[in-house]
Amino acid sequence: MTADSLLSVNNYNIVYQVETPVHAVRDVSFELGRGEILGLAGESGCGKTTLAYGINRLLRPPAEITDGSAIFHDQSGIDVDINALSVAELRRYRWDKVSMVFQGAMNALNPVINIQKQMTDIFSTHRPEMSKSERIEECADLLDLIGVGRDRLRSFSHELSGGMRQRVMIAMALALKPQLMIMDEPTTALDVLVQRDILQEISELRHKFGFSVIFITHDLPLLLEISDRIAIMLKGEIVEYNTPEQIYRNAGHEYTDKLLHSFPSLTGERGGFVRSGAASALSSEATR
Amino acid sequence: MNYLARKISFYVVALWAALTLNFLIPRLLPGNPVEILIQKLAARGPITPELRNSVELLLGDTSNDPILVQYWSYLTGIFSGDFGVSITYYPQPVVEIIAQALPWTIVMIGIGTIIAFLVGITLGMLAGWKRGSWLDNLVPVTTMFQAVPYFWLALILLYVSAVQFKIFPVSGGYSYTGAGPSWDWDFISSAIYYGTLPALTIVISSFGGWLLGMRNMMVSTLSEDYIVTAEAKGLRPTRIMMAYAARNAILPSVAGFAISLGFVVSGSIVTEQVFSYPGVGSTLLQAVNNNDYSLMQGLFLVITLTVLGANLIVDLLYTVIDPRTRARS
Amino acid sequence: MTENMISPADPAAQRETGRPLTGTLAAIRPRFERRRPRWQRMLSGLSPKLAVGLGIIIAIALFGVLGPMLLGNPLSIRDIGRTPPSSEFWLGTTQTGQDIFAQMAHATRGSLFIGVVVGVLAMLLSVIFGVIGSYVGGWLDESFSLFTNVMLVIPALPLIIVISSYVADKSILMLAVILAITSWAASARVLRSVTLSLRSRDYVAAARVTGERQWRIIGVEILPNLVPVLASQFVLAVIFAILGEAGLSYLGLGASGALTWGTMLFQAQNGFALTLGSWWWFVPPGLMIAVLGGALSLVNFAIDEIIDPRLRTASLDKNKKRAARRLRASTKAGVTV
Repeated sequence: MTADSLLSVNNYNIVYQVETPVHAVRDVSFELGRGEILGLAGESGCGKTTLAYGINRLLRPPAEITDGSAIFHDQSGIDVDINALSVAELRRYRWDKVSMVFQGAMNALNPVINIQKQMTDIFSTHRPEMSKSERIEECADLLDLIGVGRDRLRSFSHELSGGMRQRVMIAMALALKPQLMIMDEPTTALDVLVQRDILQEISELRHKFGFSVIFITHDLPLLLEISDRIAIMLKGEIVEYNTPEQIYRNAGHEYTDKLLHSFPSLTGERGGFVRSGAASALSSEATR
Repeated sequence: MNYLARKISFYVVALWAALTLNFLIPRLLPGNPVEILIQKLAARGPITPELRNSVELLLGDTSNDPILVQYWSYLTGIFSGDFGVSITYYPQPVVEIIAQALPWTIVMIGIGTIIAFLVGITLGMLAGWKRGSWLDNLVPVTTMFQAVPYFWLALILLYVSAVQFKIFPVSGGYSYTGAGPSWDWDFISSAIYYGTLPALTIVISSFGGWLLGMRNMMVSTLSEDYIVTAEAKGLRPTRIMMAYAARNAILPSVAGFAISLGFVVSGSIVTEQVFSYPGVGSTLLQAVNNNDYSLMQGLFLVITLTVLGANLIVDLLYTVIDPRTRARS
Repeated sequence: MTENMISPADPAAQRETGRPLTGTLAAIRPRFERRRPRWQRMLSGLSPKLAVGLGIIIAIALFGVLGPMLLGNPLSIRDIGRTPPSSEFWLGTTQTGQDIFAQMAHATRGSLFIGVVVGVLAMLLSVIFGVIGSYVGGWLDESFSLFTNVMLVIPALPLIIVISSYVADKSILMLAVILAITSWAASARVLRSVTLSLRSRDYVAAARVTGERQWRIIGVEILPNLVPVLASQFVLAVIFAILGEAGLSYLGLGASGALTWGTMLFQAQNGFALTLGSWWWFVPPGLMIAVLGGALSLVNFAIDEIIDPRLRTASLDKNKKRAARRLRASTKAGVTV
């Protein structure tokens, strides 16, 4: 699409090979520009998370990528065909190029080893040349950056609040300065105020580091405010793919319409409730 | 109340229950152990009033003191280390006999249990990690070993390697031709030689249980979110398996140690009998066969206390490996 | 097995995606929703493990029931001591010339009897201390749970040995009672945790709010869901009882006058079968215990996999093959997926 594209996904298909095979993602294509936010919306079970996992080849059997390609256009100018990566290459690619922030902030952290160990093992795997003290220093800086504070390095996940855990996840996702961050419902389980803070945080970080984001949520009004481009998924297919304005003003698919109006509005105007602060911060950022 | 305080108070209650059980059994069950014991003792030598007193404290009073008074004297007797005198080894006090037998059992069962635990956990980890592999398909076979009675396995091992092939000694804890127990290499090597077969019996019969538990926990742990996170982070598979999956999956095995240890101890008592191993198990059976009630009660108490102690240690270890138990409330 | 691959209670899909069921499959699932009670699925999906296990158990039980009627007196003495297996005496003879095969038939009956009686008694005790306590809650639950845990850390066999040394003449029922009161604790703990989790399920809470009667909630909502767990605990209790009785009898502390696998081993030991190399005397009883125990654990495996389908060892290849087969079948039938 644009000259400066980061990720091209073409005719992507994912099938759950169970008794009656379930076609979870069908013929999905999209283009993600460098520094862009792509919003991926749809109801639970529409295949959006499966798609995100597929792009990072995190699917486990019986889920299987049956067709299509995902090409990652690296900063260095090399194009990476993600589906063709060998196991070792894939391991090096993960987190270094694409990091993820998961849905279940509650369980995404290992409960029995401390934050420091979970963060430093990113560096000891991907940056073996770093010394131990450098690794720890880097992790401490990341926690400071994200507003958790370096004194939390030795904490365990049960000692942190839900918002803090999600921040730690984001700090981890930032560790290797990836070019793409996939965020799967990063704020869903959090209360509205914490949600606003975190969205603000993400927005500032993106401004600072210039990574692209695939933001997955069922909350379309939120996406309208933060995304550069929105894809709407229904039963494994992208039924609508456009800019937020176009989607808001003249939705091409009746399902989009349904999603737009499925959120309660206190003022009678869509999306005009509670989170406006963070959202406007993000949208000004997004429209640059 | 935090985890540690709760655990320790539980063991205090368990200790009290064990002591009380030990007090009640000879008094509530039919038979007159005091009379039988006094008669047997009388055949060996004069009954001093002190001796009679200590037997009555342990097994039941003939002087019709109220039960609570008896209970109190029993508890004070136990805490001062007075377990009476053995008939089998007359006139040796029960405490001395137990002190001789206990180290044999603790070392042999201890080493056997630790090896079985390590083998079971390691294989269980690998089987759960690669579900459907050849190792995983062997899981039902290994757990069949659990259904094999310890003592029968001991009999077979004894028959094959001691009677048929004469690789291992038939019975005992060390070579009687050498000097008695001492800390020299001759004695230690002979103790290892004699202890191998009994310990092997324990390993073979009990590792299957650890294996199955660990394998099943591995399988459920692998579907946790933090495993996906670790994969997305591009960590090496061994790192994910050890620090993320196994590190979490091992917790229930450690927490459930009590149940397994009870089985192992029960099994080893009979195993000791098969090998005539000089530990608490075969001593207990000797006591039972001779109606040596003081020795029997003393051994029961010591075995129970040792199991309680082992469980307490494991529970303390658990607080180290699961940070959530240290949570400030 | 094939039918229940996707069912609402089946977390298989959850396992595969590694996340809670909020994703893809959840939306498509309702099409497959056909909620059948667990026991029904259990019968329809008779897994190979269950089939083999049950087969062995039935064969052994038949041997124990019919054998004693068909074979001669196990105690009659002949002057052919310690003969190896022959066409006349399939498992040879003891040192007094008794027919070991006939003894095996009677011993099978005795051991199975003990196993079943102890299994039933231990289940009763564990239901009382595990299910009722945790359902009622409060101090009753606290004290039952404490009692259970204390019983759990007191090693069973030493306790059994001590108790049975005071009870000089034991009937086989007396022995069963002793074994039962020393072996219920582990399953009571399992039942307690399962009941606690069932009690807090939404549908039970809903039943309470809508004013269902207590007995109806226990009978309709709780017990049916406990059935697989109860079955698995019963199987374990039977294994424990047979092993416990064998150990006790081997030590000479068994029921007086009874003939079980354990007493056979005791006699073999006393007849110096081991040192004289009469393997046909001490191998068969232990082997029977091992085989029966193995069969019971197979059944237990099968039940566990019904409770938690994630535990299946079915390899992924098999899944794929099955899926492919289904795919072919469905395309043939003109069904689009």
